[in-house]
Amino acid sequence: MAKELMSGNEAVARGACEAGVSFASAYPGTPGTEILENIGEKYSDRIICEWAPNEKVAFEAAVGASIIGGRSMAAMKHVGLNVAADPMCTFAYTGVNGGMFFVSADDPGMHSSQNEQDNRYYARFAKIAMLEPSDSQECKDMVKTALEISERFDTPVMLRMTTRVCHSKSLVEFGEPVEQVKREYVKNRTKFDPVPAMAKIMHSMVEKRWKALGEFADECALTREIWNGGDIGIISSGAAFNYAVEVFGDRASYLKLGFTCPLPMGKIKEFAGKVKKLYVVEELEPYMEDQLRAAGIECVGKALIPEEGELNPDIIRAALTGEETPTIQYDKSVVAGRPPMLCAGCPHVGLFYELGKIKDVVAVGDIGCYALSGNPPLNAKDFALCMGAGFSMAHGAAKITEKFGAGHKIVAVMGDSTFFHSGMTSLLDAVYNNSNAVFIIVDNRITGMTGHQENPGSGFTITGAPAPEADIEGIARSFGMKDIHKVNPMDLAAVREALNASLAFEGPSLIITRYPCVLKKWSQEDKDEFAPDRTPYFVDHDKCIGCRSCIRVGCPALSYDKNAKKASVDPRTCAGCGVCAQVCPKKAISRKAGE
Amino acid sequence: MSDEVKNVVLCGVGGQGTILASKILSSCLIDAGYDVKMSEIHGMSQRGGSVTTQVRYGKKVWSPIIGKGSADVLVSFEKMEALRYLEDVKVSGATVIINDYAIQSLPILQGVTDYPEDCMDRVKEKVENTKIVDATSVAAAIGNPKAANVVLLGAAVKALGLTDLDWDAAIEKCVKPKFVELNKKAFQAGLEV
Repeated sequence: MAKELMSGNEAVARGACEAGVSFASAYPGTPGTEILENIGEKYSDRIICEWAPNEKVAFEAAVGASIIGGRSMAAMKHVGLNVAADPMCTFAYTGVNGGMFFVSADDPGMHSSQNEQDNRYYARFAKIAMLEPSDSQECKDMVKTALEISERFDTPVMLRMTTRVCHSKSLVEFGEPVEQVKREYVKNRTKFDPVPAMAKIMHSMVEKRWKALGEFADECALTREIWNGGDIGIISSGAAFNYAVEVFGDRASYLKLGFTCPLPMGKIKEFAGKVKKLYVVEELEPYMEDQLRAAGIECVGKALIPEEGELNPDIIRAALTGEETPTIQYDKSVVAGRPPMLCAGCPHVGLFYELGKIKDVVAVGDIGCYALSGNPPLNAKDFALCMGAGFSMAHGAAKITEKFGAGHKIVAVMGDSTFFHSGMTSLLDAVYNNSNAVFIIVDNRITGMTGHQENPGSGFTITGAPAPEADIEGIARSFGMKDIHKVNPMDLAAVREALNASLAFEGPSLIITRYPCVLKKWSQEDKDEFAPDRTPYFVDHDKCIGCRSCIRVGCPALSYDKNAKKASVDPRTCAGCGVCAQVCPKKAISRKAGE
Repeated sequence: MSDEVKNVVLCGVGGQGTILASKILSSCLIDAGYDVKMSEIHGMSQRGGSVTTQVRYGKKVWSPIIGKGSADVLVSFEKMEALRYLEDVKVSGATVIINDYAIQSLPILQGVTDYPEDCMDRVKEKVENTKIVDATSVAAAIGNPKAANVVLLGAAVKALGLTDLDWDAAIEKCVKPKFVELNKKAFQAGLEV
């Protein structure tokens, strides 16, 4: 069989294909986005695959597929599981028909997330089985195991990954895909209809299953002991296991856990009894360590290993051996920062430029590229929280502002995909409860931040097939929103006018900016609707007075020469959007001479 | 094959092709029988951020990532980035390959801070085996400045002592057919710089 270098995400997709998954759904979220992307690209002939509007919906669709008899899966980032926690916790009661697993892609170190919660606790909370792969081969193999456990023990199974497992590439040996089957569906309300009378019966089943899973944890082949003598013993799982072996090599013995909920306590006790010093090496919370201590096993973990951030071999070496790897000492202060920034031609830039200029406005943000609008030079955002929270937080803030007569106005901004995710209900709340705030949907015709996934408003499915286009304005009107302004965000005068009108309006007001992401693959409809002229702009240095107005747009194609006191446009980077030309007070910026 | 694991760090700015270079490197090493792990460390590639890829190879590789002071070879696709990631490099015996090419970052474009023009000298001061390659010009002379990534890969392969492996096959495997010839030439040029 072929061996390929694959990321953990690619390997999960391959595993789903080999293990006979028939239905897969997800909402994009780093670090797990590529799982469904890969299923869509490579296995859509076998697996029905879909982008869902949010993680809860993705999870529920997979539950339905399982109950009716198909093997199914859902994938989400760690905070996405918060959204899907409701169906997850009760699906833990009903159990499955066709095997079902879901991926929780955690992000220790918060490479691209708002928190670094440790989702292992979710599996224990819901009393379901959890598997933790350490490399791509295990990612692929554990998908098959997860589905077998799911069907054998009648439980959803959580496949818990982390950024490093999702995004690191290692060798994977392929297997033959098994035949996809549909189990028979038999109406059984005692099992699948959790009304209180039934749910009580189901809870007893959960407790029995929990015990059976505990016994299985000790019997299964997912725990691996590597014996190098009894001086130092290390219990570890996931990415952290690799770091531990990297540091200790054959100077320690290991109990490598792949099945981590419930923990294989029998094997752990046996291993602990054989070693003089026992370390628990785990990323983030003391999930395993606390359970070991509760069982009376003496061990060292978070007393030495940090609970914050992503681990690496260096951190574990320093924590457990006190050895520091020597590094070259030099003056790092001369290295300029290279923060991410909104792109040249980004349709969000103009809106935030105008919004940032307005005084006495509190701007509530949301999750997406536009989260960068809080950074200099735009400085347009005040606060944010989680997907879809922008509008609901703005509503609460507006009510308090009104009650106490505070002198500012509340404005909230979210993207199209975030609106469909959970912003719709936030807007409904704001209209229903008569919010005196301005709501802005920056519709860039795609899910941008995670790398351009289609969504219910983009007109296409994950496989590129045409789909009905959800109409944002129509949705808002159906909620009862009366004051709606639609603008092209590249036209700053129109943006200003819409902002002024919305701010003056008493009651909820909506602005929809509609313009495609500059980096997305433009559809024919995009080209027909927006017909962009990408001719670059240039600065006439005879007219430029060095006022830096254009620089405050924050476009990567614009630079400022401090000595000459002149701005310039890099024609290789310029996308021809013309926002800088509109802000120049001296009309010094225009399309290239002769155009 | 010795038991020793070698660590290569490729750094640059989103869009410079560090990932393709890492893929060719990894693919060739796998076909030569090495265990390989490759990690993209920073992901904001499309939004002008700093990006790095780590490639580790040997008889058996455990961790997909390295800590500071561990890289045998640092390949910097942009010259200031070499100074940013210099702390990843082993204190002795390491090689640093720098593309003599600057990409301004937001604070520099804004005129808030200055580009450290002497960044390559600062690296040279610390690492004896520093090699400056004008990869973008070399690639432009071949036909496309964007092939600078594969010129730098050639230089890295030479530093790693891996010139005997079948690089043409790896390039054919990883690169779109119409760019194969260009990249083979770029790789050769990289071996010779």
